[in-house]
Amino acid sequence: MLTPHARGALSHAVLTAMRSADTSTLAQAPQAESAQDAHLTLWALYEQHYRGFDDVAGELEWDPLLLSIRRKLEQDFEQTLRARIPQFPAPGNFAEDFFGFVADFDGASLSGHVQRKATKEQVCQLLRHRTVYHLKESDHTTWLIPRLSDRVKAAVMELQFDEYGAGDPQRLHAHLFRRGIEDSGLDSEYGAYINEAPLEILEENNAMSLFGLNRRLRAASLGFLAAFETTSSAPSRRMAAGLQRLGFPASMVEYYTEHVEADAVHEQLAVRTICGAFLEEEPQLHDDVYFGAWTSMDLEARYAARMLKEWAA
Amino acid sequence: MTGEFQPGPQPEPQVEHPDVIFCPDGPMLLRGDHVIEDEDGNAHRTTRPVSAVCRCGGSMIKPWCDGTHKLLRRSSRD
Ligand code: FES
Ligand SMILES: [Fe+2]
Ligand SMILES: [Fe+2]
Repeated sequence: MLTPHARGALSHAVLTAMRSADTSTLAQAPQAESAQDAHLTLWALYEQHYRGFDDVAGELEWDPLLLSIRRKLEQDFEQTLRARIPQFPAPGNFAEDFFGFVADFDGASLSGHVQRKATKEQVCQLLRHRTVYHLKESDHTTWLIPRLSDRVKAAVMELQFDEYGAGDPQRLHAHLFRRGIEDSGLDSEYGAYINEAPLEILEENNAMSLFGLNRRLRAASLGFLAAFETTSSAPSRRMAAGLQRLGFPASMVEYYTEHVEADAVHEQLAVRTICGAFLEEEPQLHDDVYFGAWTSMDLEARYAARMLKEWAA
Repeated sequence: MTGEFQPGPQPEPQVEHPDVIFCPDGPMLLRGDHVIEDEDGNAHRTTRPVSAVCRCGGSMIKPWCDGTHKLLRRSSRD
Protein backbone atom coordinates (compact mmCIF):
# COMPACT_ATOMS: atom_id res chain seq x y z
CA MET A 1 0.00 0.00 0.00
CA LEU A 2 1.10 3.56 -0.69
CA THR A 3 0.68 6.41 1.78
CA PRO A 4 -2.78 8.05 1.58
CA HIS A 5 -3.55 11.57 0.39
CA ALA A 6 -3.16 14.25 3.06
CA ARG A 7 -6.30 15.81 4.53
CA GLY A 8 -4.75 18.93 6.05
CA ALA A 9 -1.55 20.59 7.20
CA LEU A 10 -0.55 18.01 9.80
CA SER A 11 -1.13 14.94 7.65
CA HIS A 12 0.63 16.71 4.79
CA ALA A 13 3.70 17.39 6.94
CA VAL A 14 3.79 13.91 8.47
CA LEU A 15 3.19 11.97 5.25
CA THR A 16 5.77 14.07 3.39
CA ALA A 17 8.31 13.42 6.15
CA MET A 18 7.52 9.70 6.13
CA ARG A 19 7.97 9.41 2.37
CA SER A 20 11.23 11.38 2.36
CA ALA A 21 12.54 9.59 5.49
CA ASP A 22 13.51 13.04 6.82
CA THR A 23 11.45 13.64 9.94
CA SER A 24 13.57 16.52 11.30
CA THR A 25 10.99 19.02 10.02
CA LEU A 26 8.46 17.48 12.42
CA ALA A 27 10.14 19.02 15.46
CA GLN A 28 7.84 21.97 14.63
CA ALA A 29 4.88 20.10 13.18
CA PRO A 30 1.75 22.14 12.37
CA GLN A 31 -1.47 21.71 14.35
CA ALA A 32 -4.10 19.36 12.99
CA GLU A 33 -6.50 21.40 10.85
CA SER A 34 -9.51 19.21 11.51
CA ALA A 35 -10.57 15.92 13.03
CA GLN A 36 -10.05 14.31 9.63
CA ASP A 37 -6.52 15.69 9.45
CA ALA A 38 -5.73 14.37 12.94
CA HIS A 39 -7.31 10.95 12.37
CA LEU A 40 -5.74 10.35 8.97
CA THR A 41 -2.35 11.18 10.50
CA LEU A 42 -2.95 8.86 13.42
CA TRP A 43 -4.18 6.11 11.11
CA ALA A 44 -1.01 6.38 9.00
CA LEU A 45 1.21 6.34 12.09
CA TYR A 46 -0.56 3.24 13.42
CA GLU A 47 -0.41 1.57 10.05
CA GLN A 48 3.36 1.46 10.33
CA HIS A 49 2.86 -1.17 13.06
CA TYR A 50 0.65 -3.35 10.86
CA ARG A 51 1.64 -3.87 7.22
CA GLY A 52 3.28 -0.52 6.61
CA PHE A 53 3.58 1.46 3.38
CA ASP A 54 5.54 0.59 0.25
CA ASP A 55 6.78 4.18 0.04
CA VAL A 56 7.97 4.51 3.67
CA ALA A 57 11.18 3.07 5.12
CA GLY A 58 10.68 0.40 7.80
CA GLU A 59 12.98 2.19 10.27
CA LEU A 60 10.43 4.95 10.68
CA GLU A 61 8.14 2.65 12.65
CA TRP A 62 10.09 3.69 15.77
CA ASP A 63 11.11 7.23 14.76
CA PRO A 64 10.96 9.36 17.95
CA LEU A 65 9.48 12.41 16.24
CA LEU A 66 6.74 10.35 14.63
CA LEU A 67 6.08 8.59 17.93
CA SER A 68 5.77 11.89 19.76
CA ILE A 69 3.16 13.10 17.26
CA ARG A 70 1.33 9.80 17.61
CA ARG A 71 1.36 10.15 21.39
CA LYS A 72 -0.15 13.63 21.27
CA LEU A 73 -2.87 12.55 18.83
CA GLU A 74 -3.63 9.49 20.95
CA GLN A 75 -3.99 11.57 24.09
CA ASP A 76 -6.44 13.92 22.38
CA PHE A 77 -8.40 11.01 20.96
CA GLU A 78 -8.61 9.15 24.26
CA GLN A 79 -9.85 12.34 25.93
CA THR A 80 -12.52 12.77 23.24
CA LEU A 81 -13.64 9.16 23.64
CA ARG A 82 -13.76 9.36 27.43
CA ALA A 83 -15.85 12.53 27.21
CA ARG A 84 -18.51 10.55 25.32
CA ILE A 85 -19.15 7.78 27.84
CA PRO A 86 -22.46 7.32 29.69
CA GLN A 87 -23.11 5.84 33.13
CA PHE A 88 -21.94 2.22 33.28
CA PRO A 89 -23.54 -0.62 35.27
CA ALA A 90 -22.02 -1.10 38.73
CA PRO A 91 -19.93 -4.25 39.20
CA GLY A 92 -22.22 -7.25 39.74
CA ASN A 93 -22.99 -10.24 37.54
CA PHE A 94 -20.73 -9.22 34.69
CA ALA A 95 -22.03 -11.42 31.87
CA GLU A 96 -25.68 -10.64 32.54
CA ASP A 97 -25.04 -6.92 33.02
CA PHE A 98 -22.87 -6.71 29.94
CA PHE A 99 -25.36 -8.43 27.63
CA GLY A 100 -28.02 -6.09 29.05
CA PHE A 101 -25.86 -3.02 28.50
CA VAL A 102 -25.29 -3.96 24.87
CA ALA A 103 -28.97 -4.78 24.30
CA ASP A 104 -30.00 -1.41 25.75
CA PHE A 105 -27.71 0.52 23.42
CA ASP A 106 -29.80 2.64 21.13
CA GLY A 107 -27.97 3.77 18.02
CA ALA A 108 -28.26 3.86 14.26
CA SER A 109 -27.56 0.60 12.45
CA LEU A 110 -26.89 -0.11 8.79
CA SER A 111 -27.82 -3.77 8.51
CA GLY A 112 -31.59 -3.20 8.46
CA HIS A 113 -31.20 -0.71 5.62
CA VAL A 114 -28.95 -3.10 3.71
CA GLN A 115 -31.38 -5.96 4.22
CA ARG A 116 -34.42 -4.13 2.89
CA LYS A 117 -33.71 -1.01 0.90
CA ALA A 118 -30.06 -0.25 0.10
CA THR A 119 -29.00 0.02 -3.53
CA LYS A 120 -26.10 -1.94 -4.95
CA GLU A 121 -24.03 1.28 -5.14
CA GLN A 122 -24.64 1.99 -1.46
CA VAL A 123 -23.61 -1.50 -0.44
CA CYS A 124 -20.47 -1.32 -2.60
CA GLN A 125 -19.56 1.94 -0.87
CA LEU A 126 -20.15 0.32 2.53
CA LEU A 127 -17.96 -2.67 1.57
CA ARG A 128 -15.18 -0.34 0.37
CA HIS A 129 -15.27 1.38 3.75
CA ARG A 130 -15.25 -1.96 5.54
CA THR A 131 -12.07 -3.05 3.73
CA VAL A 132 -10.07 -0.68 5.93
CA TYR A 133 -10.75 -2.96 8.89
CA HIS A 134 -11.91 -6.31 7.57
CA LEU A 135 -8.76 -6.93 5.52
CA LYS A 136 -6.88 -6.95 8.80
CA GLU A 137 -9.74 -8.26 10.88
CA SER A 138 -8.85 -9.17 14.48
CA ASP A 139 -5.23 -8.05 14.24
CA HIS A 140 -5.72 -5.25 16.77
CA THR A 141 -6.77 -7.83 19.38
CA THR A 142 -3.61 -9.83 18.77
CA TRP A 143 -1.54 -6.89 20.10
CA LEU A 144 -3.02 -7.61 23.49
CA ILE A 145 -1.97 -11.18 23.94
CA PRO A 146 1.45 -10.72 25.58
CA ARG A 147 -0.12 -8.32 28.07
CA LEU A 148 -2.49 -10.82 29.68
CA SER A 149 -2.32 -13.49 32.38
CA ASP A 150 -2.04 -17.16 31.36
CA ARG A 151 -5.74 -17.76 31.79
CA VAL A 152 -7.00 -14.73 29.86
CA LYS A 153 -4.31 -15.11 27.22
CA ALA A 154 -5.42 -18.69 26.48
CA ALA A 155 -9.05 -17.55 26.35
CA VAL A 156 -8.26 -14.78 23.85
CA MET A 157 -6.27 -17.25 21.74
CA GLU A 158 -9.21 -19.65 21.69
CA LEU A 159 -11.30 -16.91 20.06
CA GLN A 160 -8.54 -15.52 17.85
CA PHE A 161 -7.69 -18.98 16.55
CA ASP A 162 -11.18 -19.14 15.03
CA GLU A 163 -10.81 -15.62 13.57
CA TYR A 164 -7.59 -16.82 11.95
CA GLY A 165 -9.26 -19.88 10.42
CA ALA A 166 -7.91 -22.34 13.02
CA GLY A 167 -4.68 -22.30 11.05
CA ASP A 168 -6.30 -22.71 7.62
CA PRO A 169 -5.67 -19.58 5.53
CA GLN A 170 -8.75 -20.38 3.40
CA ARG A 171 -10.91 -19.93 6.49
CA LEU A 172 -9.16 -16.89 7.97
CA HIS A 173 -11.87 -14.25 8.31
CA ALA A 174 -9.86 -11.49 6.64
CA HIS A 175 -9.28 -13.87 3.75
CA LEU A 176 -12.99 -14.73 3.45
CA PHE A 177 -13.64 -11.01 3.20
CA ARG A 178 -10.88 -10.53 0.62
CA ARG A 179 -12.37 -13.26 -1.56
CA GLY A 180 -15.84 -11.75 -1.32
CA ILE A 181 -14.50 -8.31 -2.21
CA GLU A 182 -12.65 -9.68 -5.25
CA ASP A 183 -15.66 -11.65 -6.47
CA SER A 184 -17.77 -8.50 -6.04
CA GLY A 185 -15.50 -6.72 -8.53
CA LEU A 186 -13.89 -4.48 -5.91
CA ASP A 187 -10.19 -3.93 -5.23
CA SER A 188 -9.03 -6.30 -2.49
CA GLU A 189 -5.59 -4.76 -2.16
CA TYR A 190 -4.95 -3.83 1.44
CA GLY A 191 -5.58 -0.11 1.92
CA ALA A 192 -6.96 0.41 -1.59
CA TYR A 193 -9.85 2.59 -0.41
CA ILE A 194 -8.32 4.53 2.44
CA ASN A 195 -8.67 7.82 0.54
CA GLU A 196 -12.44 7.57 0.58
CA ALA A 197 -12.76 6.46 4.21
CA PRO A 198 -14.86 9.00 6.13
CA LEU A 199 -13.87 10.33 9.54
CA GLU A 200 -16.00 7.78 11.39
CA ILE A 201 -14.20 4.85 9.75
CA LEU A 202 -10.82 6.34 10.63
CA GLU A 203 -11.99 6.85 14.21
CA GLU A 204 -13.21 3.26 14.48
CA ASN A 205 -9.93 1.88 13.19
CA ASN A 206 -7.87 4.22 15.33
CA ALA A 207 -9.76 3.27 18.47
CA MET A 208 -8.94 -0.40 17.88
CA SER A 209 -5.24 0.41 17.48
CA LEU A 210 -5.23 2.84 20.42
CA PHE A 211 -6.64 0.15 22.73
CA GLY A 212 -4.59 -2.64 21.23
CA LEU A 213 -1.22 -0.90 21.26
CA ASN A 214 -1.36 0.61 24.76
CA ARG A 215 -0.98 -1.97 27.53
CA ARG A 216 -2.58 0.51 29.91
CA LEU A 217 -5.79 0.26 27.85
CA ARG A 218 -5.92 -3.56 27.70
CA ALA A 219 -9.27 -3.66 29.50
CA ALA A 220 -10.78 -1.26 26.95
CA SER A 221 -9.45 -3.46 24.16
CA LEU A 222 -11.12 -6.52 25.68
CA GLY A 223 -14.36 -4.60 26.18
CA PHE A 224 -14.22 -3.38 22.59
CA LEU A 225 -13.84 -6.97 21.44
CA ALA A 226 -16.73 -8.18 23.59
CA ALA A 227 -19.14 -5.51 22.33
CA PHE A 228 -18.02 -6.00 18.74
CA GLU A 229 -18.72 -9.76 18.94
CA THR A 230 -21.98 -9.24 20.84
CA THR A 231 -23.36 -6.93 18.13
CA SER A 232 -22.45 -9.10 15.16
CA SER A 233 -24.59 -12.23 14.68
CA ALA A 234 -27.98 -10.62 14.00
CA PRO A 235 -26.59 -7.72 11.90
CA SER A 236 -24.52 -10.23 9.92
CA ARG A 237 -27.68 -12.18 9.13
CA ARG A 238 -29.34 -8.99 7.85
CA MET A 239 -26.24 -8.11 5.82
CA ALA A 240 -26.24 -11.58 4.24
CA ALA A 241 -29.94 -11.22 3.36
CA GLY A 242 -29.33 -7.81 1.77
CA LEU A 243 -26.35 -9.00 -0.25
CA GLN A 244 -28.42 -11.93 -1.46
CA ARG A 245 -31.31 -9.65 -2.40
CA LEU A 246 -28.92 -7.52 -4.47
CA GLY A 247 -27.31 -10.50 -6.20
CA PHE A 248 -23.84 -10.27 -4.66
CA PRO A 249 -21.62 -13.34 -5.18
CA ALA A 250 -21.91 -16.30 -2.79
CA SER A 251 -18.45 -15.68 -1.29
CA MET A 252 -19.46 -12.19 -0.15
CA VAL A 253 -22.68 -13.54 1.39
CA GLU A 254 -20.71 -16.33 3.08
CA TYR A 255 -18.42 -13.91 4.84
CA TYR A 256 -21.50 -12.66 6.70
CA THR A 257 -23.20 -16.03 7.23
CA GLU A 258 -19.94 -17.30 8.72
CA HIS A 259 -20.17 -14.42 11.20
CA VAL A 260 -23.75 -15.27 12.20
CA GLU A 261 -22.47 -18.60 13.47
CA ALA A 262 -18.94 -17.71 14.58
CA ASP A 263 -19.88 -14.60 16.53
CA ALA A 264 -22.62 -16.43 18.43
CA VAL A 265 -19.69 -18.42 19.84
CA HIS A 266 -17.34 -15.46 20.09
CA GLU A 267 -19.77 -13.31 22.06
CA GLN A 268 -20.00 -15.99 24.76
CA LEU A 269 -16.24 -16.43 24.86
CA ALA A 270 -15.50 -12.69 24.83
CA VAL A 271 -17.98 -11.92 27.60
CA ARG A 272 -17.51 -14.98 29.81
CA THR A 273 -14.15 -16.66 29.40
CA ILE A 274 -12.31 -13.47 28.42
CA CYS A 275 -13.75 -10.31 30.03
CA GLY A 276 -15.37 -12.19 32.92
CA ALA A 277 -12.11 -13.96 33.77
CA PHE A 278 -10.10 -10.77 33.27
CA LEU A 279 -12.29 -8.84 35.71
CA GLU A 280 -11.91 -11.54 38.34
CA GLU A 281 -8.20 -10.82 38.18
CA GLU A 282 -8.29 -7.06 37.68
CA PRO A 283 -11.65 -5.86 39.04
CA GLN A 284 -10.38 -2.28 39.25
CA LEU A 285 -10.51 -2.15 35.42
CA HIS A 286 -14.28 -2.80 35.31
CA ASP A 287 -15.12 0.63 33.91
CA ASP A 288 -12.39 0.44 31.28
CA VAL A 289 -13.98 -2.76 29.92
CA TYR A 290 -17.21 -0.77 29.53
CA PHE A 291 -15.31 2.20 28.10
CA GLY A 292 -14.05 -0.05 25.31
CA ALA A 293 -17.46 -1.63 24.80
CA TRP A 294 -19.19 1.74 24.62
CA THR A 295 -16.60 3.06 22.19
CA SER A 296 -17.12 0.09 19.89
CA MET A 297 -20.89 0.55 19.74
CA ASP A 298 -20.84 4.35 19.68
CA LEU A 299 -18.32 4.66 16.84
CA GLU A 300 -20.22 2.15 14.73
CA ALA A 301 -23.47 4.03 15.39
CA ARG A 302 -21.81 7.31 14.38
CA TYR A 303 -20.68 5.74 11.14
CA ALA A 304 -24.14 4.30 10.51
CA ALA A 305 -25.82 7.65 11.21
CA ARG A 306 -23.47 9.37 8.80
CA MET A 307 -24.12 6.92 5.98
CA LEU A 308 -27.89 6.86 6.50
CA LYS A 309 -27.87 10.65 6.31
CA GLU A 310 -25.69 10.66 3.19
CA TRP A 311 -28.04 8.16 1.54
CA ALA A 312 -31.08 10.03 2.84
CA ALA A 313 -32.27 6.66 4.12
CA MET B 1 24.69 -14.04 49.03
CA THR B 2 22.90 -16.18 51.58
CA GLY B 3 22.87 -19.19 49.28
CA GLU B 4 19.21 -19.58 50.08
CA PHE B 5 16.82 -20.50 47.30
CA GLN B 6 14.49 -17.64 46.50
CA PRO B 7 11.19 -18.88 45.10
CA GLY B 8 9.99 -17.14 41.91
CA PRO B 9 6.52 -15.62 41.60
CA GLN B 10 3.74 -17.97 42.67
CA PRO B 11 2.16 -19.87 39.78
CA GLU B 12 -1.35 -18.74 38.93
CA PRO B 13 -4.02 -20.90 40.57
CA GLN B 14 -5.25 -23.93 38.66
CA VAL B 15 -8.10 -22.87 36.38
CA GLU B 16 -10.92 -24.96 35.00
CA HIS B 17 -11.09 -25.67 31.28
CA PRO B 18 -14.27 -27.68 30.82
CA ASP B 19 -15.20 -29.45 27.58
CA VAL B 20 -18.80 -28.26 27.85
CA ILE B 21 -20.11 -24.94 29.19
CA PHE B 22 -23.78 -24.20 29.71
CA CYS B 23 -24.19 -20.44 29.25
CA PRO B 24 -27.02 -19.07 31.44
CA ASP B 25 -29.99 -18.24 29.17
CA GLY B 26 -27.81 -19.08 26.18
CA PRO B 27 -26.17 -21.85 24.20
CA MET B 28 -24.09 -24.82 25.23
CA LEU B 29 -20.45 -24.31 24.30
CA LEU B 30 -18.58 -27.39 23.10
CA ARG B 31 -14.81 -27.48 22.91
CA GLY B 32 -13.20 -29.74 20.32
CA ASP B 33 -14.53 -31.91 17.51
CA HIS B 34 -17.94 -33.48 17.83
CA VAL B 35 -20.80 -34.73 15.70
CA ILE B 36 -24.22 -33.49 16.81
CA GLU B 37 -27.38 -35.32 15.85
CA ASP B 38 -30.40 -33.02 15.65
CA GLU B 39 -34.07 -33.83 16.34
CA ASP B 40 -34.55 -35.08 12.80
CA GLY B 41 -31.59 -37.44 12.99
CA ASN B 42 -29.28 -35.32 10.83
CA ALA B 43 -25.61 -35.28 11.81
CA HIS B 44 -23.72 -31.97 12.05
CA ARG B 45 -19.97 -31.92 12.50
CA THR B 46 -18.40 -29.08 14.46
CA THR B 47 -16.00 -26.96 12.40
CA ARG B 48 -14.40 -24.56 14.88
CA PRO B 49 -12.32 -24.75 18.07
CA VAL B 50 -15.43 -23.94 20.14
CA SER B 51 -19.00 -24.38 18.92
CA ALA B 52 -22.25 -23.03 20.37
CA VAL B 53 -25.22 -25.40 20.31
CA CYS B 54 -28.65 -23.74 20.53
CA ARG B 55 -30.57 -24.56 23.70
CA CYS B 56 -33.43 -22.06 23.35
CA GLY B 57 -34.91 -23.61 20.21
CA GLY B 58 -35.13 -20.26 18.46
CA SER B 59 -32.03 -20.31 16.28
CA MET B 60 -32.40 -20.12 12.50
CA ILE B 61 -29.21 -22.12 11.98
CA LYS B 62 -29.87 -25.04 14.32
CA PRO B 63 -28.22 -26.98 15.78
CA TRP B 64 -25.96 -23.94 16.17
CA CYS B 65 -26.78 -20.83 18.18
CA ASP B 66 -27.22 -17.58 16.25
CA GLY B 67 -27.80 -15.25 19.20
CA THR B 68 -31.60 -15.35 18.90
CA HIS B 69 -31.86 -16.45 22.55
CA LYS B 70 -31.06 -12.84 23.50
CA LEU B 71 -34.30 -11.65 21.89
CA LEU B 72 -36.42 -14.40 23.45
CA ARG B 73 -35.05 -13.58 26.85
CA ARG B 74 -35.68 -9.88 26.43
CA SER B 75 -39.28 -10.24 25.33
CA SER B 76 -40.00 -12.54 28.28
CA ARG B 77 -38.44 -10.03 30.68
CA ASP B 78 -40.14 -6.92 29.29
S1 FES C 1 -29.29 -20.61 22.38
FE1 FES C 1 -28.64 -19.04 21.12
S2 FES C 1 -30.11 -19.01 19.57
FE2 FES C 1 -30.81 -20.62 20.84
FE1 LIG D 1 -14.43 -12.49 12.28
FE1 LIG E 1 -15.73 -12.84 15.76
